[in-house]
Amino acid sequence: MALIQIRHAIRDAIAEEMARDERVFLMGEEVGHYNGAYKCSEGLLERFGERRVLDTPIAETGFAGVGIGAAMCGLRPIVEFMTFNFSAVAFDQILNNAAKIRHMTNGQFSVPIVFRGPNAAAHMLGSTHSQAFEPFYAHVPGLIVIAVATAYDAKGLLKSAIRDENPVVFLESELMYSVKGEVPEEEYLIPIGKADIKRPGKDVTVITWGQGVPVALRSAELAAAEGIDAEVIDLRTLRPMDTEAVLTSVRKTNRAVVLFHGWPYGGVGCEVIAQIQEQAFDDLDAPVLRVCYEDVPMPYAENLENLVLPTAERGLAAIRAVTYRR
Amino acid sequence: MVLPCAGPMTSHASEPVAPGDDNAHFGSKEDNLRWYREMLRIRRFEESAAQAYTRGKISGFLHLYIGQEAIAVATKELLQPHDQVVAAYRTHGFAIAFGSAPGACMAELYGKATGLVGGIGGSMHFFDRKHQLWGGYAIVGNHVPVAAGHAFAAKYRGESGVTLCFLGDGAVAIGPTHEGWTLAGLWKLPIVYVVENNLYSMGTPLSRSIPVEDITLKAAGYNMARERFQVTSVAETKARLGEAMRLAREESRPVLVELITYRFRGHSMSDPGKYRDKDEVEAWRRSDPMERTMQALRRLHGISEEELEAIDEEVIAEMDEAVRFAEESPAPAPEARFHNILAES
Ligand SMILES: Cc1ncc(C[n+]2csc(CCOP(=O)(O)OP(=O)(O)O)c2C)c(N)n1
Ligand SMILES: [Mg+2]
Repeated sequence: MALIQIRHAIRDAIAEEMARDERVFLMGEEVGHYNGAYKCSEGLLERFGERRVLDTPIAETGFAGVGIGAAMCGLRPIVEFMTFNFSAVAFDQILNNAAKIRHMTNGQFSVPIVFRGPNAAAHMLGSTHSQAFEPFYAHVPGLIVIAVATAYDAKGLLKSAIRDENPVVFLESELMYSVKGEVPEEEYLIPIGKADIKRPGKDVTVITWGQGVPVALRSAELAAAEGIDAEVIDLRTLRPMDTEAVLTSVRKTNRAVVLFHGWPYGGVGCEVIAQIQEQAFDDLDAPVLRVCYEDVPMPYAENLENLVLPTAERGLAAIRAVTYRR
Repeated sequence: MVLPCAGPMTSHASEPVAPGDDNAHFGSKEDNLRWYREMLRIRRFEESAAQAYTRGKISGFLHLYIGQEAIAVATKELLQPHDQVVAAYRTHGFAIAFGSAPGACMAELYGKATGLVGGIGGSMHFFDRKHQLWGGYAIVGNHVPVAAGHAFAAKYRGESGVTLCFLGDGAVAIGPTHEGWTLAGLWKLPIVYVVENNLYSMGTPLSRSIPVEDITLKAAGYNMARERFQVTSVAETKARLGEAMRLAREESRPVLVELITYRFRGHSMSDPGKYRDKDEVEAWRRSDPMERTMQALRRLHGISEEELEAIDEEVIAEMDEAVRFAEESPAPAPEARFHNILAES
């Protein structure tokens, strides 16, 4: 096992897949000569050259579309958005082309492409640069949506995403790029669509993903200090969702909290809760609660941002509430 | 017959034009004193901001305008009461030049309640309507059609106001820019689009972001008038930008202006700027409009070292006061995060 940063796990996954498959290439703003705005592609230009590591102008619709077109021809593009906030510019390409082409052509074409980059709030970037995009993409049939929180998951899932025949939206975290984790020396893949129990427990299930994972784990630690044993489930894939993993846990604990970075209204958290109440209503001993952003655009000021973000303390409060301990 | 294209990218204007030292480049003594002070105010403001950033008082992205100040100073002098300026996220210079209080600007960077937008926006989202600064847009290019909308409104109402929209060379590639330009040209809107071409978008030199070097060649396709020059003085910038604004105002002709300029700092505070070598930056420093204005004051107008220093001291005192104001200002009230999400009827 090697202890590496998430940014390097991402870089290594890309490098291994590029070495393995000539069809794989990387493009995006500053991915080449600059080695990535967040250094997730360090050394890739040097190793693979300008044919396969392409710096693009600031033209998200353009390069997302070029990626989709190339994927329809059998190439396997990895498109980096400097942050997912800028994917909004390319939304039509993802929504109406990447997600629809297989269906629209009755299977004549598929779109094996990965759109990746950091998602959700970092620190004091203001409302336009702090948004969580999973609700927009997870809403769409025809897309796969992944959110990773550890180096191990990042590498294994990115490799699977690159090999997948479908368009994959792959959400990373600026705040977590430097977080280190153990990654095996030998090759491995993590299947898409499988959640992971990040912390086993018996009293309450905390469902989370992406940047929410470390927060949920800290909440669980705080809860443990009060004698509450929380199980933390990292969904890892948001679409398709590993509903079985969630239900299995909830049937055991009878209580659930969904903790994530993002707005509450109409988000992935709502889908988790809908699945639980549809399929495990009788197992529930308390309403399922959400811990997430407050329903406001992200303010810049540090004190306000801290109030809007989900914290371990807010996670603990929800855990206490669903276990009826105050 | 297929005609050849306008001219492919060869090498870029990555070498500064050596500006002439003839007096025509400069204004009167009063002009130069005023311009120098205004450019210095912007520079000292940003140097203070950079220090505060290094001390951890400011966070997020901080994009400095140092090197490009002459543009904001020239613009200020051209603005008429009903004009508005729309810019991107490298906007401190416009705010300071237009008359926003440096304290309020600094407080915004600090995320304080007394900031330009109450600490809600930070460096990338400066708006000061009272001082004709209509943003403050941090998604590259998405202000270009919005600015066309301001010009549309002026024309719709039969008002004389002109919109000035600033964008970077990096914003020239993105879709919304072209949609905004199409509508501005089609509807002959009273707008001047000013590309501040500082030769880089982040670490990407022009040669990797634009297929044809002369950005104003695009104007033909949008039925815009065009103008293109390197910014070496406030005087020339003011004169040539002024003519573009006159066209927009009097003939309702959209104009595309490309200003070749240079930022001396990294893209943002987190960019060490390794993609440019020292010699290149040094070459551009020699045509720094602020430095040249100072030389003109010395050489042409006989301003003494002491007088120049006195100006600097006043400006530094003003910016120290801005920092003090920001430091001592309160953080926004907690409930501020719920304000202004929707208008309350
Ligand atoms: C749509 C979009 N994509 C990417 C970014 C990230 N980004 C911010 S500034 C910038 C470079 C812009 O360069 P330029 O337009 O030349 O302006 P300059 O910074 O030189 O003033 C990039 C890539 C963004 N803000 N918006
Ligand atoms: Mg630029």
